[in-house]
Amino acid sequence: MAEFKLKIRRYDPESGSAPYWDEHTVELEPHRSVLEGILQARNENDGSIGVRCSCRAAICGSCGVRVNGKPGLACHTHLGAALESAGEDGVIEVEPMGNMPIIKDLIVDMDAVHWKKIQRVTPWLIGKQPVPEREYIVSRESMIDVTQSMACIQCGACVSDCLSMEVDPLFVGPAALAKAYRFVGDPRDGAHEQRLKDLSEDKHGIYDCTHCFKCIEACPKGVAPMNQIMRLRRIAGNDFQIKDRNNGERHEAAFVSNIERNGILHEADLLPDSYGGKFHPRAVPELISSLPIVVTALLRRKMTLGKALLHPHTAPDGVKRIFEVVEGREERNEFNLYISGTDAEAEASPEVAAAIEAAEPAGVAPEGTEGSSG
Amino acid sequence: MPAYDVLIIGAGLAGQRAAIAAAKTGATIAILSKVHPVRSHSVAAAGGINAAISPVDDWRSHAYDTIKGSDFLGDQDAIEIMCREAPAEVMWLEHAGVTFHRNQKGEMDLRAFGGASMKRTAYVADITGQALLHVLYEQLMKYHEVIDRYEEWFVTSLITNEGACVGAVAREIRSGKIETFTAKSVILASGGAGQCFQPTTNALICTGDGIAQAYQIGAPLMDMEMVQYHPTTLAENGFLITEGARGEGAHLLNSEGERFMEKYAPNKMELASRDVVSRAEQTEILEGRGVGPDKQGIYLDITVVPRKRTLEALREIVNIGKDFAGVDITREPIIIQPGMHYMMGGVKTDFNGATEVPGLYAAGEVACVSVHGGNRLGANSLLDTLIFGRRSGEHAAERALAMQMPAASDEQLIHDREMIAEILARLKSGRRISEIKQELGTTMNRYAAVYRDEAGLQSAHEVVRRLKEEAKTVYVDDKGAVFNQDLLGAIELDYMLDCAETIVVAALERKESRGAQFRTDYPERNDAQWLKHIDVSRNGGDVPKISYSEVTITDWQPEARTY
Repeated sequence: MAEFKLKIRRYDPESGSAPYWDEHTVELEPHRSVLEGILQARNENDGSIGVRCSCRAAICGSCGVRVNGKPGLACHTHLGAALESAGEDGVIEVEPMGNMPIIKDLIVDMDAVHWKKIQRVTPWLIGKQPVPEREYIVSRESMIDVTQSMACIQCGACVSDCLSMEVDPLFVGPAALAKAYRFVGDPRDGAHEQRLKDLSEDKHGIYDCTHCFKCIEACPKGVAPMNQIMRLRRIAGNDFQIKDRNNGERHEAAFVSNIERNGILHEADLLPDSYGGKFHPRAVPELISSLPIVVTALLRRKMTLGKALLHPHTAPDGVKRIFEVVEGREERNEFNLYISGTDAEAEASPEVAAAIEAAEPAGVAPEGTEGSSG
Repeated sequence: MPAYDVLIIGAGLAGQRAAIAAAKTGATIAILSKVHPVRSHSVAAAGGINAAISPVDDWRSHAYDTIKGSDFLGDQDAIEIMCREAPAEVMWLEHAGVTFHRNQKGEMDLRAFGGASMKRTAYVADITGQALLHVLYEQLMKYHEVIDRYEEWFVTSLITNEGACVGAVAREIRSGKIETFTAKSVILASGGAGQCFQPTTNALICTGDGIAQAYQIGAPLMDMEMVQYHPTTLAENGFLITEGARGEGAHLLNSEGERFMEKYAPNKMELASRDVVSRAEQTEILEGRGVGPDKQGIYLDITVVPRKRTLEALREIVNIGKDFAGVDITREPIIIQPGMHYMMGGVKTDFNGATEVPGLYAAGEVACVSVHGGNRLGANSLLDTLIFGRRSGEHAAERALAMQMPAASDEQLIHDREMIAEILARLKSGRRISEIKQELGTTMNRYAAVYRDEAGLQSAHEVVRRLKEEAKTVYVDDKGAVFNQDLLGAIELDYMLDCAETIVVAALERKESRGAQFRTDYPERNDAQWLKHIDVSRNGGDVPKISYSEVTITDWQPEARTY
């Protein structure tokens, strides 16, 4: 047993008072969760502490909060670990999630933000016709692949700290776009192109993400929403050749060719390239409207006039080779831990495999083990 | 005052499936739940769903396994329906978008599960319940124009008029507003009462609300003594470790490193039915061969399953091991023990979900059809929720479409509003909700667990009767209207105590050992006297009334049960 100090952000909408911090001391083992800490405070000291919770095991997705400023599930954060990330005073701070209105204490209005965005992506399967009599025959990998998005428990942790959404509250956002991938990656869905067009043409759609990785860090279930967004982009741009009117696809392509050419990002080229090059008619109004940004960049010496006009750097051979190898592949390699496993998941050596084989009990041995699904 | 043809209370798998089925008939539907639908406890079902979809399988084999699993207490007409309709239901789910795991040919893969004579369990890694629940919710969003959702509404009472159920009173948790919902048919789909036990695999929301609400208006409960202890719950905190682990080949070992299931179920070993495995574990523990710091656990050894397979198909329990016990289950055994998991009993229904109260239906864990009898097979509960959820939805809608909207007075609303005011006005001298809940849970887990006897059950009953009195003055800190979870906790406590009393009373009544009920004072199954269901009904403030109903037997006569 150890003592932990919890500082809970409280807000009572009926009181007419501002939010405040409420400190409680709880006694629990360090590997117990922050949620258990909150519940102990609620059970023993103050029954009015508001927090949604149900399963206690990171499956139901109810208890999304911020612990020491980081979004996650209260039930999935150990008190011991939370103490390590606490400030010097050794007090664990628990606050409601961000980007969503607060109803009471740690309870936020998920309907107003999260669920509205989920509804935005036509969140149901539009089955390919004709519907087969039995199951759709689809590859094993494809189902494991979309299971990564299916593993989302709609806790809202990714939405809480999405930087793009902070700037553009209309951004469809990480959770909803991961949900969109669940259909676009599903070979049984018959509306991939419409879905992708819809989300590319939407100014607040797939190209509104700024690659900040916050959602990947926040997700307690390994859904990696940003990766799913990037996959939506690749499928939209490469497979369906969708050139959206917001220049999202061109901007992404400009980024890639910029690196291929220069090795490091040459920012002065990036903007004009995103509109088809410096002298493209479409680029002129865009460049003019971007002048204030250019001026700021010059003033902050992020860019110099010389660098803007001349290419200071060309890509070394190593970078070129990366492009050759990756683009020379027949199939696109997808970064999906559900398929590739983690680093340590190399195939077992033959001896180990044989040992495992020998250890299988006769009679009840599952045939469904890797490679011999029955 | 909202009025609907069909009002569904609870939005887990049974409730959502009922809503979708009822919507197809053109009836007006509302689905109401105290939590957002995807937070429902169906989300926690891990291993899979049984259906005889393999070309070499037969629904009769599934039915027989289920009947044997039930220790012959299941009603065979209902079991036949469930098993016969299972393949089509699973295909419906697949077409709705469930990402069932495939084999190399691209067909649905099947895994082995306890008590089953062949591989019959379709699955999505070990998040099958979650995948199903989220896909059904996708369908609910798709049908948003025909299904009204009341998310985070808490039911305080069912309403009756001339003996029929005609609606419910519910409180919007966010605002504290209380309303009367009138309905031609009401379907209860609000889950089990696992929180009566501590520890339990069940979520905090599983407080037996629907069971108690139906009981309050006179619907009989059935098989309440049948409480399933799951063989593999984390010793640390009672979390579920899916049976899928044993389905994939994991072993159970005692302190001597022995695969002790050889002694108890030489053929099926770790994949015997759950009551058998839990009892075997408990026996090993009682005889001093337990493991762990207080020797109250058993080793579950998943390291014998190929690591890559574990990471792919048992991902969730890899995380549970890591996050909640600090163990890498692919490298070392994990300590488990039997833990309260499921209520076979519930509100008595026929195979269309109809209870004995006209207009009231029930489906899922809240109900007792009875397809699980004395012991439920793993991966049959998801199936139960869907088959009988759908059937309830269809039948409740059919009944509703043939009648006029009944009158529901505001009498109950006024009563419930006063009840809430009374709770909020209580003096601080009362006990805390959490104290009573804790005492109830540990009492039930001590006396109404894997092994039971007369004396223990009697003392459990005394405790429950006392707690019922104490609950009347339980104190709540929160006096507000918005998200007053403290107040809801006080009401849930009453629900739990009603459920707990019926469990104890039924367990005392059944003087034999069958399925999950093992009486050390009556260690044998006694078909001559006890091949019958125990029904429990409310009796005012007194101890509940007991009556019996027959077990329906079609093709399968009771026989000795070995695995």
